[in-house]
Amino acid sequence: MGITSKPTVFAVLAAAVVLIGTTVTVFIPLLMPSTQPISPYIKPYTAVEQEGRDIYMREGCNNCHTQTVRPLRTEVLRYGEYSKPEEFAYDRPFLWGSRRTGPDLNRVGGKYPDSWHYKHMASPQNMFEKSNMPPYAWLAKNPLDTSNSFKKTSVLGYGYSERDVQQQITQYRTSVTDDNYASKESRDQVTPPELRKELTEMDALIAYLQKLGHDVKNMESKK
Amino acid sequence: MSDAGYNYRVVRGFAFSALFWLVIGLIIGLWMAVEMFNPALNITPWLSFGRLRVVHTNGLGLGFGLAGIFATSYYMLQHLTRTPLLFPRLAQAHLYIFNAAIALGALSLFAGMNTTREYGELEWPLDIVVVIFWVMFAINVFGTLIKRNEKQMYISLWYIIGMTVAIAILYIVNNLEVPVTLFKSYTIYSGANDANVEWWYGHNIVGFIFTFPILAMFYYYLPKSTGLPIYSHRLSIISFWALNFAYLWTGAHHLMLTPLPEWIQTVAMAFSIFLIAPSWGSVVNGYYTLQGNWDQMRTNYLAKFFIAGITFYGLQTLQGPLQGLRTLNAFFHYTDWVVGHVHMGTMGWVTMVISASFYYMIPRINHTELHSIKLANLHFWLILVGQFTWTITMWVAGIQQGAMWKATNPDGSLMYNFLDTVTSLYPYYQLRFAAGVVYFIGILVFVWNLIMTVRQQPQEAR
Repeated sequence: MGITSKPTVFAVLAAAVVLIGTTVTVFIPLLMPSTQPISPYIKPYTAVEQEGRDIYMREGCNNCHTQTVRPLRTEVLRYGEYSKPEEFAYDRPFLWGSRRTGPDLNRVGGKYPDSWHYKHMASPQNMFEKSNMPPYAWLAKNPLDTSNSFKKTSVLGYGYSERDVQQQITQYRTSVTDDNYASKESRDQVTPPELRKELTEMDALIAYLQKLGHDVKNMESKK
Repeated sequence: MSDAGYNYRVVRGFAFSALFWLVIGLIIGLWMAVEMFNPALNITPWLSFGRLRVVHTNGLGLGFGLAGIFATSYYMLQHLTRTPLLFPRLAQAHLYIFNAAIALGALSLFAGMNTTREYGELEWPLDIVVVIFWVMFAINVFGTLIKRNEKQMYISLWYIIGMTVAIAILYIVNNLEVPVTLFKSYTIYSGANDANVEWWYGHNIVGFIFTFPILAMFYYYLPKSTGLPIYSHRLSIISFWALNFAYLWTGAHHLMLTPLPEWIQTVAMAFSIFLIAPSWGSVVNGYYTLQGNWDQMRTNYLAKFFIAGITFYGLQTLQGPLQGLRTLNAFFHYTDWVVGHVHMGTMGWVTMVISASFYYMIPRINHTELHSIKLANLHFWLILVGQFTWTITMWVAGIQQGAMWKATNPDGSLMYNFLDTVTSLYPYYQLRFAAGVVYFIGILVFVWNLIMTVRQQPQEAR
């Protein structure tokens, strides 16, 4: 009597019904360029920024920080220009988040100098006594593992050669370990002496944070 | 083995696995609740909030939730088909692999191996293990259904079939990723598309883990424990197919006002409102089942759990679509309001129904009486008060934070800096922790009651 006595037919029908909404709202948009537009102004992450992004993911920063500024007046006032789809073209995965226990970070790049981040990351409570952000001082005590950096950027399709990746790493190491580095004092304060000439996980994480919202500013000013 | 040769070993195994992961997941939840107002508890990297949050959600959603679902599904499957499990050894292997996967999952998330895609955070090797144990489960479901001795499939079996099929599609499509190392992979989707795929998954994993199988339990164990038949078979048919159809369109209500194309958001909004109908179809069906027998709320402790549970389901399915409306979403999204919403569903609806189903099932498979109905009543009131205090506190906190984010001075500038909007919530966070403790004590009573039940000498086999 009907499909309630035919389990296989029932299952096939249930799957078909499930796939209708899935096809219209998920599969078809995957094939539409309008869902994920690209812009020549938005560049992929460097190998160091990508390592920083992976640390951001490892520590679950996305559980407390969003990365989408909504087109609402007070939100634009607080965080800056609202988010555009183009700026996420290289984000695998997206890190928009779902809860703002801490502030949105989509436009945090360039908002503070590196020194601010070194101090804040090492102890948020030293900077803001009542902050509930976990301290991340230990990130400065971990040397950055770059052994998979090239493999990561090739999986992500950034189009870097192995030499490009080495160059990016060396270049960033040179800039943050340089005696004239603007945030040298803060960096030295949080980094143990034996790692001051190396890249640490905190260096990479800050490189990533400084990239957020950076490229899209060029795109917006040219529009 | 007992009764008609039904396999209860695997049912018992999954039931007590569920209780184990429930206690672990709640302890982590309590720890995090304190971290929210006292960051000194972020003692080590693996105890920091960012890592614990995923252990909490995965431990309870996949560990407790799935184990409870497997336990009750294997029980309902055998009784509703009047057929013993077709592959009992496969089911036993399923139990072991499942627990190994959850344990490894928890350890890997503690270690920071986290794909960050909400409710699908496990790295690729464990994704494969999840698919394997899901297939093992599906083989027994369909094998037993095909061999069944009862011609008609009852409502609960529809929901089990719906879940089995939908979770397979959701989990595989969402977790397509390219491995870099054994412990690291990148998803194949990027940017706005990734967000759309992930929330299609994230929303429907709630639909097909925290709704479908829980409704299967509701439709089976409510009539069983009250002796009253379900009010309307026709209503349950309409509810089932409408729910199965509409759920999949709504994921993007988690992405309101983001860079995702507006039409996808609007479609999601419309279907979210539509979802109220099939959800309330089950609520009404539940209420009318008790028609004329409401005295059972006083005399039958199981009826209390089921009716309170379906009431929270009803509230949940009204609140959810309303939050999905663009205007309201602009206010509530990203605040603690949503945290309160989720926990009404999990601590209210899901846990209440699983609790009552276990209370009905465990004594029967052990041929004993429940250790103590008094303790079951205590458990009920503790988790009811704990949960309601918890969720109401978070709703109020959410409204306050949403309003503070939006408050402006007469000159149009922002009235509060971000930190003010956080620190003003600490009193709520303290109250939330206290409510969590009450709830946790209720759960300990539940676990104790079931342990004492299975430790009794079995009565004569019936």
